[in-house]
Amino acid sequence: MKTNFFFSKLLSVLLTLFGISIFVFVVLRVIPGDTITGTLGTDTGVLSPEQIDVLKQYYGIDKSLFGQYTSWMGSFLKGDLGFSFTTGLSVAKLTQSSLAVTAELAILGTVLGVIMGIAVGMFSARKPGSVRDFAGQLFGLLALAIPGFVLSTTIVAVMANKFHYFPNGLEYMTPWRNPWMNFQQMMFPALVLGIAVAAPVMRTTRSALLETVDKDFVRTAHGKGVPARRVQFKHVLRNSLIPIVTMTGIQFGYLLGGAVIVEKIFALPGMGRQVLDAINHREYATVQSSVMIFAILFVTINLVTDLIYRQIDPRIK
Amino acid sequence: MTSRVKEKSWLHYYLRSTSGVIGAILVFLMVLLSLIAAFKLYPHDPVLQDIENTLKGPSGKYWFGTDQFGRDIFSRCLDGMRRSMIVSIFSVAIATVVGVTLGILGGYFGRWFDSVVVRMSDVIFAFPAILLALAIVNSLGNSWIDTSLAIAVVYTPIFIRVARGPVLSTKEMDYVKSARILGFSSPRILVSHILPNVLAPIVVQIALSLSWAILTESGLSFLGLGTQPPNASLGLMVSDAQALAAFAWWTLAFPSLFITIAVVGLNLVGDGLRDSLDPARRNS
Amino acid sequence: MSLLSIKNLSVETAYDSRVLVNNVSFEIEKGEAVGVVGESGSGKTLSALSILGLLPRGVQISSGSILYNGKDLVTCDSETLRSIRGREISMIYQDPMTALNPVMKLGDQLREVIDSHQSNNSDINQMIFDAFKEVGIPDPERAFHSYPHEFSGGMRQRVMIAMALILSPELLIADEPTTALDVTIQQQILALVLEERRKRNMSMLWITHDLGVVANLVDKVIVMYAGRIVEIGSVERIFNAPQHPYTAGLLASLPKASDKNRTRLASIPGVPPKPWLVGDSCAFAPRCSRAIEQCKYTKPELANAGGTSSACFNRVGA
Repeated sequence: MKTNFFFSKLLSVLLTLFGISIFVFVVLRVIPGDTITGTLGTDTGVLSPEQIDVLKQYYGIDKSLFGQYTSWMGSFLKGDLGFSFTTGLSVAKLTQSSLAVTAELAILGTVLGVIMGIAVGMFSARKPGSVRDFAGQLFGLLALAIPGFVLSTTIVAVMANKFHYFPNGLEYMTPWRNPWMNFQQMMFPALVLGIAVAAPVMRTTRSALLETVDKDFVRTAHGKGVPARRVQFKHVLRNSLIPIVTMTGIQFGYLLGGAVIVEKIFALPGMGRQVLDAINHREYATVQSSVMIFAILFVTINLVTDLIYRQIDPRIK
Repeated sequence: MTSRVKEKSWLHYYLRSTSGVIGAILVFLMVLLSLIAAFKLYPHDPVLQDIENTLKGPSGKYWFGTDQFGRDIFSRCLDGMRRSMIVSIFSVAIATVVGVTLGILGGYFGRWFDSVVVRMSDVIFAFPAILLALAIVNSLGNSWIDTSLAIAVVYTPIFIRVARGPVLSTKEMDYVKSARILGFSSPRILVSHILPNVLAPIVVQIALSLSWAILTESGLSFLGLGTQPPNASLGLMVSDAQALAAFAWWTLAFPSLFITIAVVGLNLVGDGLRDSLDPARRNS
Repeated sequence: MSLLSIKNLSVETAYDSRVLVNNVSFEIEKGEAVGVVGESGSGKTLSALSILGLLPRGVQISSGSILYNGKDLVTCDSETLRSIRGREISMIYQDPMTALNPVMKLGDQLREVIDSHQSNNSDINQMIFDAFKEVGIPDPERAFHSYPHEFSGGMRQRVMIAMALILSPELLIADEPTTALDVTIQQQILALVLEERRKRNMSMLWITHDLGVVANLVDKVIVMYAGRIVEIGSVERIFNAPQHPYTAGLLASLPKASDKNRTRLASIPGVPPKPWLVGDSCAFAPRCSRAIEQCKYTKPELANAGGTSSACFNRVGA
């Protein structure tokens, strides 16, 4: 029964991905065809004939709309994600390194955010309606309302311009080359993203805890003489996990979007910046493939989250 | 069947929610400021430069100080708020109408139509909001209509989902089933039985979506993909402030404050509405 | 000295001080089974929850003392209370569907009781298997590794009983544990509890709204109405010669096998008042067929009349 379910879910996901590819195709095809051909050899024009050919293949220029879609999809599925003429690299190559950066950022941000969110949520839920609860909720509200770009700009203004400390101004270092520098460069952006994640996680944690604490089985646990601390973790928190995990999964996906802005401000060479640069340089191929990859990531994460919480809740099996 | 016990209206409950009231005040304030800008009643022209007074702090003449071109930040904030309001209201209006219609029709009539609707919203859900808005704006253009359309597309699926849920559960209720058996026409059932249940979550979602729309719109402007200079836009002002904030804090503080207040206000209103419209009204 | 002695217990809402349980006093002797009977809202459940300090959020004990072996459970420190729960005094609850942790294996939930009290037992697992067997769970090994949702209500209730009795408490508090079960299962559970009580000579406090259930179950009956005790007596005396008109009414409303077909079940007209709204009068007076003038402006107290206790100015049979 479990494998059955997995396969039907997989099928559903594939269908969605198919829909996504069509959607991406449509959205970006709103751009008139000659603009694309126009950019194929324009001002950045250091393209070799082979490179132009690759792009033509990729776009399926001069084919019907349907033909364009199939040639794009065909290329994409074969691993040909197009060509970026500003960098002179294939999009696939570009994406390899940029994806790693965004992934690291997203993971750090999520972990940070979940820890903050659960901590503040637990803090608030202990005494609902109290001052500490109010403080916790205020934190959640502000974390939600203050835009990531505002927070980032403030950090940059204070750190870089006032204190002259700005590791992100230096060349980006991957964790394998220089772990300490990498950490410093990831620190602020991960914090900004983490705060954005913490807000909904905190809300979910708080309401889940409050709801669970009134449940009968918590009373039974107390009534058995289980120490209060253990009741908090093994009974209350453990049963609140499902909505928290679900929310985390959703947030991880949104994080990918928030990464776009944060990567720009903190000069991280991730996928978000890749898309932005591509947009500014009118590199439609790069935009198209990158957006497609984002979507695939998002869908995959949702699938994984779904599978995880089925593991946590023995009732769904 | 009328109730003999006088039911307190939602407004009564709403007014008892402190956060709801505060939110309403904040939103009202922002709308007021936007209207002031709409009627061009700001103290200075937002695009008028005053070269002799660049980057001056708040003063009697320029309440929020001036930017790098000597433009009055207060007036620019008002105008920027106006733009944000227009875009968010317009985009959420579209998203609501389209999303709710699709959600209700899909949920009620079901079968293949519903599957298509759900699949379509899953597709859109697969994209992080900013990214999708970026991509669409990239294709369409920078005008406020393009931006609004982009944001509308991004937030339509949530209205589909919010509208569809209650429809699915209400559809199974006995009183709806009996109405169908009795031969009531579909539109009539939809309007008199289904719609009232759907209304509350939709209203709450409108408030929340407005707050997200403002964040998205200012995010787009920050990236340079929304309102173009010299026109005032809150996101753009923050972007300009990146280089200036260290020694001219007012260039960052005030536009940020405006965005935050608008978002906080709308969120609180959403919370207040949620608490007052939910039949299980808790007295905290 | 009694095992448990409740004196002048009052419970009210925390926020607006509405009285829910009004000046309740009774004792439970070692080995004695006491039944508390009353309608919903009579305060019987809250009184029981007060003993182990399990009142829900927003409700608190406002006055009184609960003496267990000399210790006052109302004022003692939390660690003392915790050590008594599950080991010396145990409780089972009304709804078996929600009373167990859904994400914890049953074996672990029982082990938790043992671990919480550090009973030095070498083979905890064996203890748990034995406990399961004793309450009639067919496959203890499988049950050990199962989750609550894999079992029916009746089975879950058995698990709860096993959990409550595994450390052989002196007193078992049962809050309507059979109300949510099918009638046939009810009988099984009742029989199980009776048997356990007999084997262990355990004291018991049994809460119910059904007077019929306590007939063969308890030694002493306490009748509650609108937050107060209106009658206390031995089970024989209560059933044969009830003094309070409410008790008499409850008895009359029990369906009897001897009823001829189609006689209407006698019921007491009206509904019980909210405990906090009853002033200085008898709470039952508005519904009482024996009400006299005094009932309306004086609160009747429990008074001994012929070796038993009832709060009434115009007792049945007087």
